[in-house]
Amino acid sequence: MNKSVIVGGAAVLLVGAFVIATNLYKGQQAEKVSQVAASDTDSPFNRLDAPMIGTIMAKVEIVEFFDPACESCRAFYPHVKAVLNAHKNQVRLSLRYAAFHKGSDYVVKILEAARMQGPDIYLATLEAVLDGQPIWADHGRPNPELVWSMLGKTGLNIERARKDMNDPKILARLKQDEADIVKLDVRRTPTLFINGKLLREFSPDGLASQVASEIRLAYKP
Amino acid sequence: MNDAAHSRQWNLLFVCWLIAASATLGSLFFSEVMERVPCVLCWYQRIAMFPLAFIFTVGLFPLDVRCVRYALPIALAGWVTALYHCLLYLGLIPESMQPCTQGVSCADVKIELIGFVTIPLLSLLGFTLIIALLLAVRKGIKS
Repeated sequence: MNKSVIVGGAAVLLVGAFVIATNLYKGQQAEKVSQVAASDTDSPFNRLDAPMIGTIMAKVEIVEFFDPACESCRAFYPHVKAVLNAHKNQVRLSLRYAAFHKGSDYVVKILEAARMQGPDIYLATLEAVLDGQPIWADHGRPNPELVWSMLGKTGLNIERARKDMNDPKILARLKQDEADIVKLDVRRTPTLFINGKLLREFSPDGLASQVASEIRLAYKP
Repeated sequence: MNDAAHSRQWNLLFVCWLIAASATLGSLFFSEVMERVPCVLCWYQRIAMFPLAFIFTVGLFPLDVRCVRYALPIALAGWVTALYHCLLYLGLIPESMQPCTQGVSCADVKIELIGFVTIPLLSLLGFTLIIALLLAVRKGIKS
């Protein structure tokens, strides 16, 4: 037999095995997520105490595990917001913290303290934190203390937030997120689920189309 | 060199290529599909394994046994790193001696396939086979 046919055939077989294994693994993971979602007693997709943006009446929920220090979370945020705005009463966002970067656990606590002062202040603080991320989350030497200086225009009562950020309720909330991260095998940020299904294609278009199809499912006449 | 020797060397190098290509794709599967972050020692082994797949491809078309000269030092470097990594896994080298204290731990056993088979063990096996086959090819050149 021709030698290039042997090598070429072997290469095709190897790559084919890789693709098949990838699909099998992804299917297995999706199965795991849907099993976790179906457990109605303690489902990570039913955490009403997590920060929520949008109305509780919405039938489609995006669950986003994010890290305030993560660049792609920052880059993806406007697209998530655009989807929320496009379907105001049908889609809501439930935010979960995955403080994978050094120093971001501190910022997460600031965010939760801001949430105690109302949803508008929370949203303003979240956006200020993401906006200033390149400064406070510099990879060489993150300095989360810098965040405080960026919250001037958010309406946040900083003194109160500094006290509140160590509230045991906040710690309990973060513990719950950590447990859910293990349960759902979240390994990178942002990781998004739409009505309990992993976002298949991580891109603005992928998000928009998967949300649209979940809306069609949920609001079927 | 006669045709039979020629074809034997080609076959040996082809098996080397098979091992290097499978190891490359396998390690990419662990990191890109299963999203296990490779530790520092894993990276050193990848640095040795990935180019071997390309060196052997070039060495096969047309058969160029001199590629053994280039492949052998790389394979040896990978083998030494894999051996060190295995000893670290087994706890035979104390943890304080490991070079990667930041980021992902090299001593943390992440994946055990069929019981005791770990990723560094697979890597050691791959490099060992490649070295043995390359030595066989080299012996063929000399005789």
